[in-house]
Amino acid sequence: MDLPTFKGGIHPPDKKELSADKPIVEVKPPQRVLIPLSQHTGAPCKPIVTISQEVKKGEMIGEQGGFVSAAVHSSVSGKVIAIGEFSNIMGKMVPSVVIENDGKEEWTLLKDNPDYMNLSPDEMKEKIRAAGIVGLGGAAFPTFVKLSPPKEKPIEIVILNGAECEPYLTADYRLMLETPKEIIEGLKILMRVLGVNKGFVGIEDNKPAAIKTMEEAVKGQENIRVCGLETKYPEGAEKMLIKALTERGVPPRGLPMDVGVVVQNVGTALAIYEAVRYGKPLIDRVVTVTGEGINEPRNLMVKIGTLVSQLIDECGGFKNGTLKVIAGGPMMGFALPSLDVPVTKGTSGIVVLPESEIIHVEDFKPCIRCSRCIDICPMGLMPSMLSTYSEKGFYEGSKEYNLWDCFECGSCAFVCPSKRPIVQFIRLAKSMTKP
Amino acid sequence: MEAVKKEHPLIVSISPHIKDEESVSRIMWTVSLSLLPALLMGVYFFGPKALFVTALCIISAILSEHFFQKGLKRKLTTNDGSAFLTGLLLGMNLPASLWSFNPFTIHVPIIGSIVAIVITKQLFGGLGYNIFNPALIGRAFLMMSWPRAMTLWNEPTAAFVAFDAKTTATPLMILKEDGIGRLIEVFGDKLNLYSQLLVGHRAGSIGETSIIALLFGAAFLIYKKYITWHIPVSFLGTVAVLTWIFGGKGTGLFTGDPILHLLSGGLMLGAFFMATDYVTCPSVRKGQIIFGIGCGALTVLIRLKGGYPEGVMFAILLMNCFAPLIDRGVKSSIFGAMKEKKR
Repeated sequence: MDLPTFKGGIHPPDKKELSADKPIVEVKPPQRVLIPLSQHTGAPCKPIVTISQEVKKGEMIGEQGGFVSAAVHSSVSGKVIAIGEFSNIMGKMVPSVVIENDGKEEWTLLKDNPDYMNLSPDEMKEKIRAAGIVGLGGAAFPTFVKLSPPKEKPIEIVILNGAECEPYLTADYRLMLETPKEIIEGLKILMRVLGVNKGFVGIEDNKPAAIKTMEEAVKGQENIRVCGLETKYPEGAEKMLIKALTERGVPPRGLPMDVGVVVQNVGTALAIYEAVRYGKPLIDRVVTVTGEGINEPRNLMVKIGTLVSQLIDECGGFKNGTLKVIAGGPMMGFALPSLDVPVTKGTSGIVVLPESEIIHVEDFKPCIRCSRCIDICPMGLMPSMLSTYSEKGFYEGSKEYNLWDCFECGSCAFVCPSKRPIVQFIRLAKSMTKP
Repeated sequence: MEAVKKEHPLIVSISPHIKDEESVSRIMWTVSLSLLPALLMGVYFFGPKALFVTALCIISAILSEHFFQKGLKRKLTTNDGSAFLTGLLLGMNLPASLWSFNPFTIHVPIIGSIVAIVITKQLFGGLGYNIFNPALIGRAFLMMSWPRAMTLWNEPTAAFVAFDAKTTATPLMILKEDGIGRLIEVFGDKLNLYSQLLVGHRAGSIGETSIIALLFGAAFLIYKKYITWHIPVSFLGTVAVLTWIFGGKGTGLFTGDPILHLLSGGLMLGAFFMATDYVTCPSVRKGQIIFGIGCGALTVLIRLKGGYPEGVMFAILLMNCFAPLIDRGVKSSIFGAMKEKKR
């Protein structure tokens, strides 16, 4: 009965029932889209369009700005009406392109190649790169970079991440229910690109329907296994997922490839399939709009560059009361200061919390050294010490406690009985030191 | 869209945006609740005096914290329950005989509470910053200052005959002075000795005597995950092993009576409720085992070789000094570090 998992972790209420049964529906086309040129980890794109230029849907508007970078494409057909700095979803001003939608939905070259499995690994990788695909789980790391490991790091296993351990979010869950075959095709492409014959799909056991559907989709394929995982946050964190499925521990500061593993989100796998088969660039994604503060929680297929305010309107608007709007999940997402920011490749959800669900932390108490955070830290750190060091200004000293191994999952701040903003203290210390 | 924004000013704060319902005050009140059975047994055996002494400690602990913080214009924190718990623990560690007008010793619990709260806790920075367990420092201070009054033990009467109870010696005092033979004689036979100790029908501090009630409270805390097994098990285990090896008086090694040692004195109260104090014990589980072993070894050393019949209090206080050092030496093991080579 023991499901694979990792050591530590927490059990927040998952609240997925709010949107789990809502099929993915397409958002009505926005009048204009605001597409940031930096939606990924790595170098920003260089714009290759000019104002008043006509673009087609799927046409590249920003080219890769370096090796670790991902091209950006127009999600509508229409005219470029502005290029400049706009606020992105994290409140940072970034170079962006605004395109007026002409409503014609005219695609640039998009052709079906049913024989895609016979493409060479390099051709496949090139298509993935050209499509501007990044990890859709949230970190938005360019996918083709992950698929280009150095020779001395042979890859043996590809893992598809369907854990979706963040509370509230159901985007990956819906994808697994609605497009299981395509996701598995994406996995097979990944396995071919990396020359691997072992694939895993990891899904938390609070999604039995998804596990069942995916198991049916891989039937008869010996080399792919769908694994139920213990429902525990952060099961979907790369290192925790690898540990749960393969027993391999990625060394501190190491990467999955150090233990011969590549992890991709299930949504990414779908995008990879569409890119390799149809040549479709990454111009839309599934976003869960949910939370107790929204009238009609839904799972939406959203064009990159659609404003959050439009999604809120599509979902029946806010309920009454003061609200917090979070881009991403409630554990690691960002609270939005404004709704006039665009959905980007890494936006997995919009969670709207009413006053009653929000815990104010202005009056946190001192650490009472209760050890709860140490017990649950998935990285085996001592968040209590990190937060105390940082609070007192000993930023360098906090490195002694492996400050830079923290990936800010927020489990420590979740369990802290003193309600200490531990993640904030850790980010502060990180901003004051070098790794 | 604009209208929506004006109606709803958005709240911006750092992740995580959801939090567990656990809080410091809930922890403090739950621990206090878990001590209630042992306190009630103390009141049953030692009469209303026991209740008065404990209440006096609690009230003076809360008041001294309140007035200290008020005087220094600090934030008032008495409602977090930690001063209540300190007062409760101190009271349970005192003899009921302190409620006495001739000789007058009613001021003793009050002074103990003031020392615990003001000197041990607040002067070090308040909750979370104290090095020593406040209740135990309060008790240690009283032991030094009023050694006679602090070792005047009432006989357990199991009835509400309050003010003229006879005084007697605790089992550990008898064991130290006259040996195990005399102790068994006092209680009739060995089985009766054990069962009386389990129930708590013996002289001693208010809250320490009833082992059954203490274990009941401790089980509740472990079930609620407020404490873990690490400190109590290593503490009690060390006491058991060492008293078994060295406890026999003149009968050679491995002839001691570990059960007698586990059931007597303030060991159960100390191991489950005092040594496990979050603030003054190491925070990594591995370190807590070292801490527990240290507490156990020092307790046995004092019990068998020291001048006092009981050593739990000083053992825990001495190990409190080492808690920060243990925390520096024994850190949690970081993910992936050990398995680096495992492929």
